[in-house]
Amino acid sequence: MKIKDLIDANLFTVLNQGKDVEQEITKPFCCDLLSICMSKTPKGAAWVTVMGNINTLAVLSLTDASCIILAENAVFDEPALEKAKSEGITVFRTELPVFESALAVYNLRND
Amino acid sequence: MKMDFMGVHHIMTDRITLNYEVSAEDFTRAGEASSDVKKKLKQMGVEPSTITKVAIAMYEGEINMVIHAQGGQINVVISPDEVLMKLADRGPGINDIEKAMEAGFSTAPDNIRALGFGAGMGLPNMKKYSDEMQIETEIGKGTTVTMKVFLS
Repeated sequence: MKIKDLIDANLFTVLNQGKDVEQEITKPFCCDLLSICMSKTPKGAAWVTVMGNINTLAVLSLTDASCIILAENAVFDEPALEKAKSEGITVFRTELPVFESALAVYNLRND
Repeated sequence: MKMDFMGVHHIMTDRITLNYEVSAEDFTRAGEASSDVKKKLKQMGVEPSTITKVAIAMYEGEINMVIHAQGGQINVVISPDEVLMKLADRGPGINDIEKAMEAGFSTAPDNIRALGFGAGMGLPNMKKYSDEMQIETEIGKGTTVTMKVFLS
């Protein structure tokens, strides 16, 4: 499954469409504690979190996750949105809780 | 930066030095130095798992400088055998290094915890992901952390 497939599935609101929507999504990954995300986020993961600040984007680029999904309608602040735009990172948002968000990605991937 | 074969050859036989200034309380730029080093190592064809080690160790160090210190300098030397990272801050110094190294121990304030940090994993992660680590600290003066990651 590619990022563009997740966009087309219309499961989540697209806050920013990144530059590489052809990138493969390997699996969903859920975590908010950035030190753990840093060392455990799998390459290409759709990272589900409630942390919507600039550090989330720094961690994404260091881990090579494919995109961010903000669960629980978490706030994505202005500096973070600017950074997502300038770095070309895809960011989704949903009112779904963390587990349900990840499950939706998982189910779509296995369809 | 465009790299041809000669460029890569040049870098792998010599050493390159990179210097970064980290400003205090500036989360908007935190992680930029680590990202830059990661990018350079990738261009040089360094093994991904080694790049991950460097990126984690350095990012944690960079974040520590933003949270606890009044900023500082990061000096990175990439040579054929190793990546040497020297993070020197102008912070308050570490009172009890042994305690600071304990997983879960943190002195980060609440506003930092709200950003997803402050779980007491910074120094332990730096130790875990580097191959060698040394801390020199002086109360009221600052702390210098030196880390090495060996390139196979």
